[in-house]
Amino acid sequence: MTAPAPATTAGPVPGAAPAVPAGPREAYREALTALAAEDERVICLDSDLGGLERSFGDRFPERYVSTGIAEANLFTVSAGLAARGLRPYAHTMATFAATRATEQLKLDVVGTGLPVRVVATHAGLSAAHFGATHYCLEDLAVTRALHGLTVVVPADAREIGPALAALHELDGPSYLRLGRSATPPVHAGDVPPFRLGEAVTLRAGSDVTLVACGPLPVSFALAAADRLAGEGVSARVLQIHTPVPFDAAAVAEAAAATSALVTVEEHRPQGGLGDAVAEVVAAHAPRPVLRVAVAGPLPGRVDDHAGLLAATGVSADAVHAAALRALALAPPPTDRPR
Amino acid sequence: MSATTTEPPASLAAGAPAPTTEEAALRIRRAVVDMAAGRQGAHVGGSLSCADVLAVLYFGVLDLPGDSFVLSKGHAAPALYAALAARGLLDEAELAGYASPGSRLFGHPSRGLPGVEFSTGSLGHGLALGCGLALAGQLREESARERVFVLMGDGELQEGSVWESLMFAGHRRLSRLTAVIDRNGLQQTAGTEGSLSLEPLGDRLRSFGWEVRETDGHDHGPLRAALAAPSESGRPVAVIARTVKGRGVPFLEGRVSSHYATLNPALHRRALAALRAAGQVAR
Repeated sequence: MTAPAPATTAGPVPGAAPAVPAGPREAYREALTALAAEDERVICLDSDLGGLERSFGDRFPERYVSTGIAEANLFTVSAGLAARGLRPYAHTMATFAATRATEQLKLDVVGTGLPVRVVATHAGLSAAHFGATHYCLEDLAVTRALHGLTVVVPADAREIGPALAALHELDGPSYLRLGRSATPPVHAGDVPPFRLGEAVTLRAGSDVTLVACGPLPVSFALAAADRLAGEGVSARVLQIHTPVPFDAAAVAEAAAATSALVTVEEHRPQGGLGDAVAEVVAAHAPRPVLRVAVAGPLPGRVDDHAGLLAATGVSADAVHAAALRALALAPPPTDRPR
Repeated sequence: MSATTTEPPASLAAGAPAPTTEEAALRIRRAVVDMAAGRQGAHVGGSLSCADVLAVLYFGVLDLPGDSFVLSKGHAAPALYAALAARGLLDEAELAGYASPGSRLFGHPSRGLPGVEFSTGSLGHGLALGCGLALAGQLREESARERVFVLMGDGELQEGSVWESLMFAGHRRLSRLTAVIDRNGLQQTAGTEGSLSLEPLGDRLRSFGWEVRETDGHDHGPLRAALAAPSESGRPVAVIARTVKGRGVPFLEGRVSSHYATLNPALHRRALAALRAAGQVAR
């Protein structure tokens, strides 16, 4: 019954390529390790994701808990730890968090209101060449429907530290949605202050609003806004980093100030950002809302992250085209009560 | 409820003399039978099978406040409510409202009720909760003496998540965790061995790193010894309590149909009479 000796073969493969620029997981691990140095209640629960054992685990071995590849137990054990005053960070891939262990998430994490932090990587199509089993295009729908769960989606690696710091202060449960590989930074200069539940206006604009959530969608929205500007169309870009609680006021204000909206997300059209925006716009300032989201069957050929998104309808070109379509649907400004 | 329970319960909280575990078990069974006679009926068979385990835990083993208890087989809520009321943690008068509009007593326990820390009833969650509570104690020295008890159904062991938790507890050597398995052998529609077999259960649990104790789940002496003794091996403890579904009510005992039943007035009277007779024998 003695546990086998721990394997000690973790580490880079000899001769492997040099490290790539910091992606979301590297930034996250650094932020969590820094947080654990400040707060001894932080416990890292890991389901064999790879990386946490060398970063957090090396630094705080007594607070690194491997639950093995067993996500149901991962979430519920986390709830038990939180019930006794600890601050568990439970790590798995988004698809396992939202669609394998959903009931544990619903009952034991969200249902209890305990401060469990679920950290979900490989969201959307970011698992790229790993294939369909590792994609997650449903987690925003699931997590938005779980009452009392705070949901955060940083748009680049630099937002992750501030997002984590904000989430750590919460008394209730949270879901942090991360991708897998590095994506372009979305902020030209400093990262704006991260305030939970507050949308960020990345570009001012008066014709159309592009509401975007997540790393590549925000990049696509910014690129589309640049192209629209060259064509004489003024596009506002609103970044949603906190799908729940949703900044309905910012969306309603943007809707009132522009003629149409386009939502951009790395998720299925059902239940995600598009629905959240449409719900607010329909109630407060009815305008056309078009969705740029992952549509149709999953690609049958390997591609990189952006390539897969483009193949399923999410790209800067798609956002640009949707903005023009949305504006064409909108009644002329003079016919519209202001 | 007061019409059918013959004497007012002695409340520990009120400083009255503590009932013996045998007396407590009888009170739990009476209350369960009363709840099953209500309009909604109750999970009576599995509530009666674990009445002795609950009585021994709440009146002989649990150090409250301090120790933790999770009713993983949440459908035995009637037995838990009765135990909590007998222990003085819940107002006995509330039992009469079981499963009725306005009552806090749902068919499965909901968190927020005194003595109920987690909502249970979806099977396969309680052991993982217990693992988390026990792990917290292992990680935090100040709660090093706290023990965690989880009462599970045997049919519940068919849930895959249970085996994730069994593996985890064995691996982490969560020695302050005790899982009690109400081994009544029956589930809703069949025997466990015909539905999805569990045997050899003791061997299976041992192979997952648990210290296993098998005991009669109705004989309070050995049951108490099995529940009270801390882990001797440094491993989590599994108590396989061999029980009879519907125990104490002859027309329910050992029957699959006892799983959920609504007792009509005649059956209710018969059940109470059987319990009364058993109580006189016990005295």
